[in-house]
This record gives sequence, C-alpha cells and structure tokens, in this order.
Amino acid sequence: MSRPGAGFTHYGQPSPYEETVLRNPVANPQAPGNGVSWTPLHRLQGTITPNGLHYERHHNGVPDIDPQHHRLLIHGLVRQPRIFSTAALLRYPMQSRICFIECGGNSNIGWNRLPAQAEAGYAHGLVSNSEWTGIPLGLLLDETEPDPEAGWLIAEGADAFAMHISIPVARARKDALLALYQNGERLRPENGYPMRLLLPGWEGVLNVKWLRRLELVRQPAMARNETARYTELLPSGKARQFTFTMQAKSLITQPSAHTLLPAHGLYQITGLAWSGQGKIRRVDVSADGGRSWLEAELQQPVLPQAFTRFRLPWLWRGQPALLQSRAVDEQGYVQPSRETLVAQRGRQGFFHYNAIVSWSVDRDGAVRHAYADHNALPAGAVDIDSGWH
Amino acid sequence: MLGQEVPPGLIADWDIDIMPDGAGLPPGRGDVAQGRRLYQQHCAACHGPDGQGGSADRLAGAAGELTGEWPEKTVGNYWPYASTLFDFIRRAMPMTAPGSLSADETYALVAYLLHLNDIVAADAIMDQQTLPAVQMPNREGFLPIMQ
Repeated sequence: MSRPGAGFTHYGQPSPYEETVLRNPVANPQAPGNGVSWTPLHRLQGTITPNGLHYERHHNGVPDIDPQHHRLLIHGLVRQPRIFSTAALLRYPMQSRICFIECGGNSNIGWNRLPAQAEAGYAHGLVSNSEWTGIPLGLLLDETEPDPEAGWLIAEGADAFAMHISIPVARARKDALLALYQNGERLRPENGYPMRLLLPGWEGVLNVKWLRRLELVRQPAMARNETARYTELLPSGKARQFTFTMQAKSLITQPSAHTLLPAHGLYQITGLAWSGQGKIRRVDVSADGGRSWLEAELQQPVLPQAFTRFRLPWLWRGQPALLQSRAVDEQGYVQPSRETLVAQRGRQGFFHYNAIVSWSVDRDGAVRHAYADHNALPAGAVDIDSGWH
Repeated sequence: MLGQEVPPGLIADWDIDIMPDGAGLPPGRGDVAQGRRLYQQHCAACHGPDGQGGSADRLAGAAGELTGEWPEKTVGNYWPYASTLFDFIRRAMPMTAPGSLSADETYALVAYLLHLNDIVAADAIMDQQTLPAVQMPNREGFLPIMQ
C-alpha cells in the first residue's frame, strides 16, 4: 500500500498467485489434437465457468479460422439453399442463454471397478457453464424454406475431423442457438470460434463447434460419432443410440478428493448440480454414505439446463465420513446411486455416467474418491482401462 | 434475410456426407489388395498391422462377444453401416492429412477393412453399387433412445 501498483492492461489475466487453477489436458500422444481438457471444478465457485477454463473436447485439434473467410451453408431438403457470412450473421437478432455443456464421456471413470483417484474436476469436469449469445437457429432455417419431410439436420464443423452428427430438426427449432458469444465475448477458438451450435442440455458432441454446414435430410447420417462412438453398450450386447439428454447429476466440489481437512470444525460443503431435462429442484447432501440426507441451499436463480450451486454447512468432529450429493430435477428424476446405474446399464457403456459421487474422509481428514458399495467388490477385482480416442 | 444465394458448385464441393443408403458415394472403385497396401502406408502406424495392437481404435479381430466381460468393439462386430466407413475415412483419416485420400483409395481401404473383418471376400471390389449392399453383422444392434 506504500507504493503505486501495476499499470493498466488491454486484457486482464488471473492473479499470478492463482496460476495453478488450470485445465488438465489429456490427449493421445500419437494424435495430440485428439483428447480432452478438464475444467478444474474443484477450484471454482459460483456457476459461471471462466472462458479460459471451459472444458475442451477436440477430435483433431483447434482450427485457426479467420471469420472473414468463414461461411455457414444451409442446404439439403430446402427450397432455397443459403450461405451466410460471419459479418451477416452478426447482424441478426440474438438471444442469450445460460446453460451447461457436458461431454457424453464425462465422469466415465465411474464405470471402473475400483474408485480412481483424481481431483473432482479432473474426473468430472468435462462439463462447463456459460452465458451463450447467438441467433435462434429456427430463424436461419426458415430463411431456406425447409421441406417438412426433413426431420433431421446434419451439422458439420470446419475442423480437421470435419466433425459431423445428426440432430432432430424439431429440437433444433425449439431452442437451439447458433452461438457467437460466450460470457460476453466472442467464442474462444477452442469453443468453436467463430460459431458453434448450442443445444441446451444435450450431449456435448451435438453442440458442433466451428459450424460450417447444416444439411436438412430425412434420416440420420449414421455418422461415426453416432454409431461407433457416443453409443452405450449394454450387458445384452445391444447399444443405446441417440441418447441426447444429459440426465440430472451433482458433484460435491469442496471438500473433494486430493484435499486434506486441516482441522476439526466447521466446513462449507459446496458443489454443482445440473440436469439436461430442466431445472434442479433439490439437492440432498449426506455425510454418512446415504443413510441420512439434508437438503442443501440452492444459489438463486435456478435456471433450466444450467449449473446450480448448492451449499450446506458441515461440522467435522474427526469422524470418518462418506460425503455424497444427490440431485433431483423438476421432472422428478432422481440422480441414481452407482449400484443402481451399473445394475441398469452394466459397466461397458462408457458414456452418460451420472451416478452419485462419494468422497471418503478418514480420521486424519484425507479426502478420497470412494464407492459406497466398495466393500461389495470381490477382492483382487481388475480395473478396466478407459482411454480417450 | 441476409443469407446469400449459393454459388454454383459450392454445395457439391462441400457436401461430403455418405448416407446409409449410399447416397453421396462418388464414382470410383477399390479392391482388397490395394486396400491392404494403403492400410500399411497410411493406417498401420496407429491402428496396428492388422487392425489391432496400435494406439488408435481396434478395427478388427475382436475376441469374444459384445456381451462378454471385456467386450471389444470393432468395425466387424459393432459398426452398423458400411457407408460410415467410407464417410469417416475420407473426411477424417489419416489424422495427419485428413481429406487427402482419393475416392479410389477410400473404396480400397473400405474393402480391406471389411475383408479383415470377414465381411467380404478377398476378391471383393467396393464401388457405388457394392458398398451400400454390404450387410454389417451388427446392423440391428442399436436401440434408438431419442430423448
């Protein structure tokens, strides 16, 4: 306070004392553009994910796109195919929407036989929450006068994967946005600059980044990412397909794995809940592995298909504890226990893991990832590998 | 209403989708032997010498059924449509030079991968007519949830 501080900056950066609050990139060494980076949910508060920490999933890297040369083509079963420059799109009426985007593969270590140890965000942080601003997609579709028989849209990105996937037109007309802004500024390159699709509450892969083409068709393309991938193998040998909605889920972000409670006393349990089906109605918290529950306070306003912050004070007297949270959404859907989810889906589905997460606290205050049903596992059970490709 | 008329030829240039019925397949042809050579050149480094054992997806040689304790998903036992192979290889592979394979080369790679999975014979030729006629073993293996 005795000396003048630093000067002004054109674009502010986090405090150097916060330099460990980072995404955690995990990619295939032989194909470094194919992988993910995890949002450090365990280091954040509130509900909005800072743009530089929004999770990433790229199939072959982040393209460098000059918006002056980027165009969006809408064609197929339409009376008038149209092509839109970025400059033209920026003149359209826009809306803003706060919502989460979650990768279908988020939390997939939960399918493992043994509880893997990672910080909360580095196991569950393929989900982030932003205010997105863009053009209602129906407005752009109308301009091309689609054939009513066109029930599906094929959306394709301008990345080196030409990532494409099929989306029902009815859903796209309901509330999809062509997003151009993220938390007030233009999209970050890794989040689709200069434009991406936004389908609130639906699996991340459908929210196609670097969007350059929408084709109206009668039937889905049966693209690689809706057949070979992003489908969930069941114990019967059949696989769930077109599992668009991310169902209700919650996670205690603090205290969470890889932390140490420094002393007995009062802690604030806090975390996030979200549902692709609408608003979060309630979050219950347990400190005894689900034998008793207390309803947590929800940060207002609670928005549909958006992160909902919950908080509950907890007095730790040094007893071993098993911390859990359980979300209930406005449809009445209750986040399942791991036992229930595995009983319904088996363990080979890879995608759409949304079971209750348990953190164990031992007498020394060490917090670890645990399974509430862990003791039921056969001794010496082998863990499964879950790699990203 | 700020969309522009689409310049002639642009849609044909941009539209690379291959649909399950074969719509979008370009003229051209390729056989298993050509595909085997191209596979060694462009694919084996990541996918392994015979579609397995590499750092990338296993493409063939699944041991056991999809209902087993450790199911392995491959082109042969999981992919429901052969059209997806052509579409995906042409748009996205190889990772270091996506979009570089010609139609003939892509047909040949599809023929080889289908043969590697015992779906077509060693003398099979893939083209606009034969590829959509291929019946994939797991064609009925999917349950559309649609929600």
